[in-house]
Amino acid sequence: MLLIKCPHCGERPEIEFHCGGEAHIARPLDPSQLDDVQWAELLFYRANTKGVMAERWNHLHGCQRWFNALRNTVSDKILRTYMMGEPRPYIGGEAQGAATGTLSYPAPGERSK
Amino acid sequence: MTKFSAFNVARNAFSASKSWPKQWRNPEPRASYDAVIIGGGGHGLGTAYYLAKEHGLTKIAVVEKGWIGGGNTGRNTTIIRSNYLYDESAGIYEHSVKLWEKLSQELNYNVMYSPRGVLMLAHNVHDVQSSMRHVYADRLNGVDNEWLSPEECKAFCPPLNISNNIRYPVMGGALQRRGGVARHDAVAWGYARGADRLGVDIIQNCEVLRIDRDAAGTVSGIETTRGYIKTAKVGVVAAGHTSVVMERAGLRMPLESFPLQALVSEPIKPIFPCVVMSNTVHAYISQSDKGELVIGAGTDQYISYSQQGGLHIAAHTLEAICELFPQFRRMRMLRNWGGIVDTTYDRSPILSKTSIPGLYVNCGWGTGGFKATPGSAHVFAASMANDEMHPIAAPFSLNRFQSGRLIDEAAAAVAH
Repeated sequence: MLLIKCPHCGERPEIEFHCGGEAHIARPLDPSQLDDVQWAELLFYRANTKGVMAERWNHLHGCQRWFNALRNTVSDKILRTYMMGEPRPYIGGEAQGAATGTLSYPAPGERSK
Repeated sequence: MTKFSAFNVARNAFSASKSWPKQWRNPEPRASYDAVIIGGGGHGLGTAYYLAKEHGLTKIAVVEKGWIGGGNTGRNTTIIRSNYLYDESAGIYEHSVKLWEKLSQELNYNVMYSPRGVLMLAHNVHDVQSSMRHVYADRLNGVDNEWLSPEECKAFCPPLNISNNIRYPVMGGALQRRGGVARHDAVAWGYARGADRLGVDIIQNCEVLRIDRDAAGTVSGIETTRGYIKTAKVGVVAAGHTSVVMERAGLRMPLESFPLQALVSEPIKPIFPCVVMSNTVHAYISQSDKGELVIGAGTDQYISYSQQGGLHIAAHTLEAICELFPQFRRMRMLRNWGGIVDTTYDRSPILSKTSIPGLYVNCGWGTGGFKATPGSAHVFAASMANDEMHPIAAPFSLNRFQSGRLIDEAAAAVAH
């Protein structure tokens, strides 16, 4: 079980939270102008990052507020949590963005749950 | 390649079974192939097998990052059934069950397909109505599925607790008698052996780094950790890592990958005659031929490639198992592991061409891909060979996310 630091409440166990998937997906300014390909992209296509990804979490059984988290999907380690509306923070030394180029698994001791 | 037969088994017994040849070669990759399959699990090896056997392609390679059958093929709970709600799903899964029934003979390899019956429990009025709908829909599609009362469920599966004193009492169940289990490793090994015999090169420890296109935009080759391979046809069958592989061709996918857990108990004498699934309380259980109870748990809520899930997910399933089968309460679990399952929004698979000519993808099987192995491989091979999606595979194309023709097994409360 993950220990997640809600920016409002502090560290709480994962069962208090709901994961909302990929963060920072820009909603269309004028939805009526989107074609089917763009709608499919918006609704269904996801980065599915192997490495560091930004995702949304809701502290469902706590303050019920949404926030963002940077998490490494290989080690499940949460690197940073930050408020909704803030830009994605830069984490030095970590691969940013989409699926990583080379596959590297963490050493056993690196796993953080 | 030595054929498996009673005669050969007896003959090899005299040499303490030390003179069996290797079941498949370990070749170096050649400079070019007619087709390359990325992913050496059951689906990928099966695709190579059918491409060689039914479509006459001779130069085929399967490239696998790790070892064959080491991903979800070796990590699932081996449940086979075809009692899905929608016509398209029933079509592909029933095609698969029909191939399962003859697979051991087809491959000359015992995949230990055991149609012992899959019983899916209902615990509330909605479950009952939904199960009934499945039963009738399946009958219209020629798929066997029948409704059992709680007492009939108990008669079919004696360990089941049908008392009214549990939190979610059993109100009945839908039974597919042709459903069952098979030996998961044997499926990968049987297809590998069969494909190898037909000349397919199975190249392990070979990770794909890049999928290249020529000036016209069609697939021209792949860069791997074991050198460059020229090919005009690439089939990506990479399960949980499909998004990672497709990104190396510059494509995004409508997929999210989650860890799905399973457990096995200490081995015990035969007690459990069938497969029992309960989508409502999240319990999936059968007994392996070694005697272990094989238990499937749920997925974590977040994307992960860690091949391990949260303990609370497994504990949740064990609570349900202990209530439905109180006699298992004092058993110990021996192993617990996770596999990375690639899921789509509608919880139906993707078998499709892509925007890159020559690049095909078979993925999105989510939590239920094992049962589909032969059917998926069979229709995907036909689609790759003819450059036109097989009629059974066609509804599962990527286009459905643009047209809106989703095959919404998610809404049909599917669990695999």
